[in-house]
Amino acid sequence: MIKNHTNRAFDNDLRILRDRILLIAGRVEKMVANAIKSLSENDTALAQKTIDYDKSIDSDEVIVDRMSIELLAQRQPVGQDLRFIVSVIKMVTYFERLGDLAIKICHRIIELNRLDRSHDAGDIADMAKSVQAMIRETLEAFLERDYEKALSVIMKDDAVDELHHLITKRLIAEMHAHKELVENYYHLLSIAKWLERMGDHCTNLAEIIIYMIKGQDVRHKRLAPTE
Amino acid sequence: MTQATASTMTTHNLSVRYGKHLAVDQVSLSIHSGQVTAIIGPSGCGKSTFIRCLNRMHDFIAGVEVDGQILLDGVDIYGPSVDPVSIRRRVGMVFQKPNPFPHMSIMQNVLSGFAFTRKRTSKSKEEIAEIALKNAALFDEVKDRLNAPSGALSGGQQQRLCIARALAMEPEVLLLDEPCSALDPISTARIEDLIHTLRTNYAIVIVTHNMQQAARVSQVTAYFLSGKLIEVDETRKLFTNPADQRTEDYITGKFG
Repeated sequence: MIKNHTNRAFDNDLRILRDRILLIAGRVEKMVANAIKSLSENDTALAQKTIDYDKSIDSDEVIVDRMSIELLAQRQPVGQDLRFIVSVIKMVTYFERLGDLAIKICHRIIELNRLDRSHDAGDIADMAKSVQAMIRETLEAFLERDYEKALSVIMKDDAVDELHHLITKRLIAEMHAHKELVENYYHLLSIAKWLERMGDHCTNLAEIIIYMIKGQDVRHKRLAPTE
Repeated sequence: MTQATASTMTTHNLSVRYGKHLAVDQVSLSIHSGQVTAIIGPSGCGKSTFIRCLNRMHDFIAGVEVDGQILLDGVDIYGPSVDPVSIRRRVGMVFQKPNPFPHMSIMQNVLSGFAFTRKRTSKSKEEIAEIALKNAALFDEVKDRLNAPSGALSGGQQQRLCIARALAMEPEVLLLDEPCSALDPISTARIEDLIHTLRTNYAIVIVTHNMQQAARVSQVTAYFLSGKLIEVDETRKLFTNPADQRTEDYITGKFG
């Protein structure tokens, strides 16, 4: 059973902060989903809509930072409250970066569609789906305070890295084979790189979530599978 | 835990009863020289009762029964041949409210321990007073009025005078029972700064209701609840990731 704070105003403050970071996380998830959808469906309009969506995330990031700093000053939290607030401060940066990457991908999709030339994107859609699944699982790990799910996100990053490696090789080969499509493959290479970065950010978020839940710092360590 | 120093004081299964009421229940805890041990817990958890055992303060109270062992450098302080006065020389105590002797001067207050216990020393009275007042970070503020009445000092200065009085006896252990709860933030900061300086040479135990203070001044924190020692750990660990849910609930304010 989760106990409430004796000071109910503190509970309320923490709830507001949690709702705000979840709002950001939800928006970022939507942005990434839209970016991936516009990639697979060559949808310029959706890509543009996603780019415009980013402004609200930037202002939310500022609000979350301000709320967190005020809570630290006013409540001087300790234990899991301290870990939660510090984690939120760090997480919001990674969510904002995920949003930025979604925007970058959308810009490249618009460019690709403008070129209007058919190319072979290879397994990039599969990679995008894997990254999208990582983001979903990251959010669930945070929402449900689920250590196993956070660990599972970290474990999935290796597969995304491997996929990125293979796609990069494939796209470079396509560049050599189809010099007239160099611009297309240049954009696709960028998209693959940013999807790989998204996986890294999910890993960072999962590490923060593990710290938030258990107080363990698992950064910069090779994690063994859970027993 | 970073307890590189040898244990100065150790309790083994220490229990204290006030009549039928069990105030301290089987507490085993080590206190080390060179570090500050904070004791936290809600009112009535036994933390003050516990530290009062460490210099046999309960000897004055009828109906108090102390069981278990308290070893000071390996010797049981409740042993039959142990003189409680000699224990109180070695284990100094400072209380919540500054309590200098109001009819005495600043100098007389610092030296009062000598007057009461007839402790022998080769140093002159002036030397002892100066060293103790300097160690209590009070000397510069009172050096021109050592014969002035102690009542003329501010609350924070009075509390540092009480610390100087305890230090004059050259104790090994310093017990601080909520030493800042009656002081303003500036005086509190001075006492905390002093605790930080003093810890090099003493084993310090501080009982405090102020968890931020425990987090600031101590290296080890012990959490008491209903007379029991629930958890003891490095302060930085206990305040960021305590092992026991009861500790977590208390420090995060989910108590009661």
